[in-house]
Amino acid sequence: MHDLPTEDRQTTGNITPPAGPVEREFTVQARTQFQLILRRFLQHKLAVISVFVLVAIVLLAFVGGALWHYKYTDITPDNSVPPSAEHPFGTDNLGYDEFARVLRGTQRSLEIAFTVAVVATVIGTVWGAIAGYYRGVADSIMMRIVDLVLTIPILAAGALLAHHFQSSGWWALALVIALLSWPGVSRIVRGQTLSLREKEYVEAARALGAKDSRIIFRHILPNIMGQVIVVVTILVAVAILLESALSYLGFGVQAPDTSLGTLIAAAQTSLQGGQWWLFYFPGIFIILICLTVNFIGDGLRDAFDPSQQRVRA
Amino acid sequence: MLAFAVRRLLVSIPVFIVSTFLVFLLVTWGADPLAQLEAKNPPPSQAVINALADQLYINHPLPERYWHWFSQLFFHGNWGPSVQSGTDVGQLLGSSLELTARLVILAMILAVILAIIAGVVSATRQYSKTDYTITLIGFLFLSLPVFWFAILLKQLVVNMNNSLNWYWIATYGANTPGLTGWSAFSDALGHLILPTIVLAMSSYASWSRFQRASMLDVLGSDYMRLARAKGLSRTKVMIRHGLRTALIPLTTQVALDTAAILGGAVLTESVFGWQGMGTMLVNGINAGDFNTILAWLTVSAIIVILFNLIADLLYGVLDPRIRHA
Repeated sequence: MHDLPTEDRQTTGNITPPAGPVEREFTVQARTQFQLILRRFLQHKLAVISVFVLVAIVLLAFVGGALWHYKYTDITPDNSVPPSAEHPFGTDNLGYDEFARVLRGTQRSLEIAFTVAVVATVIGTVWGAIAGYYRGVADSIMMRIVDLVLTIPILAAGALLAHHFQSSGWWALALVIALLSWPGVSRIVRGQTLSLREKEYVEAARALGAKDSRIIFRHILPNIMGQVIVVVTILVAVAILLESALSYLGFGVQAPDTSLGTLIAAAQTSLQGGQWWLFYFPGIFIILICLTVNFIGDGLRDAFDPSQQRVRA
Repeated sequence: MLAFAVRRLLVSIPVFIVSTFLVFLLVTWGADPLAQLEAKNPPPSQAVINALADQLYINHPLPERYWHWFSQLFFHGNWGPSVQSGTDVGQLLGSSLELTARLVILAMILAVILAIIAGVVSATRQYSKTDYTITLIGFLFLSLPVFWFAILLKQLVVNMNNSLNWYWIATYGANTPGLTGWSAFSDALGHLILPTIVLAMSSYASWSRFQRASMLDVLGSDYMRLARAKGLSRTKVMIRHGLRTALIPLTTQVALDTAAILGGAVLTESVFGWQGMGTMLVNGINAGDFNTILAWLTVSAIIVILFNLIADLLYGVLDPRIRHA
């Protein structure tokens, strides 16, 4: 675990007298916390491969979509053709190029997912840290609110609110999903805060007269960043699946805009009609994104908390 | 044990009441029951709109509205009027709930059993080929959109049925009307298979990961080694000492995921054309049908709270320390 905040490490560094090169039997290379985590992460091969695949998908969606010679709104003269060199993912009944639409959909889905991850993480982290740090009545009230929000099925509440804000665009959908997914984050952060606030270095900071806000943001939060980052990756995957589910039910991203879920919803009957490309490609993109994000999350979890890997017996 | 159960039940009641209030706020915010009427062409007279507003009690201040709804429901058993023509919310809820309960309960049982088996096998053979395969399958289902998998499976079975000319495994609806006795039961079972698999797999993924992690935790503990050291057989240690303890975190997780399963049921029902709670919710939202949505969310809140209660009682069974506390 990372118990030492940066400040402490600097003071220990100053104690060592400045001396010339020392002859040692064993040379030990000092590594920072970040280097240790990076080394452990690099050992998780699937996670490393996933980073490359995910970066490739993001680049393809945001850069490739702009460079591709069809736009997602272009109606080409080819109706319902299977994949070819001209249309790598084929076209639909109206002649829209599926490749352009999948790239555009991926872009939208990623934008929504990242917005959800950022907003939900910020709200959940602050909420959980405050509840865990102050404990007592504040904690009870705040966590009961979390429990209550968790009793509502996210999909149902999301559908209701997304339907209500349908005309406001994708960011409203993202905010709705974020509004419903922060309680999960806050529970994890609270649990960690509860144990960290009893540590000696927090007590030391308090004895030195640090304000509560400084203790929370400088001493406690940096030390639970590991868990928070893992939660963020899971949130990205959950948000993409939720967005696609809402779009499938007709409450999500609306035409003429498109997302991966909207594309699958439109292709529901295509599988029966033999236009398999309309159904498979958006689905494969969702799976690829979520799979890589989940693997990265797994790799990060191992990197931040190697204690979970070891097993005796 | 009984005192513990009663105490937990009593605590659940205020939670439920506050939860209905939260849900009420959400629905008043998100649903506009007058929208469909107002959008009609030619527009209806103001008198008609006012009459509906009166009937729905929506021109009153919020606390009064909430109390009206609450007292109607709990003292008179009345779910309130619906804006969808020919719909009685109570009746609709009854028939939908019966269908969905079948699906959800079966899927949960299937998912829990599969998750326990997969988790235990994975954990006892950590880093073996079996472990990697199970883990990969888990990750794949964690990343699959439920409805995409459902559509794919449905199409596969349609093709299979057509080539085998055997239509027992149904791909649409919850049952064939007009059957009685054994054939009705067999028919309903045939209709249940695909939706149950789809819904179970969506929860199986995270539960099996969870079970693997908690089993690994237990396997590394000292009391397991002690039990082996004093001569108990491997199977006995695994089941009596290992699995029993490792089931506690899963119990919590299953209870916490109840809400998510109800959400998953909405998607599954929508793909397989079931007239259950999912269809009820989607139609309700599209019509801005205040009381239907409220009924749905109230019932789901009851189910979630109930499952949390069951989980709490199960802890008592699994962990004697809690029972006697």
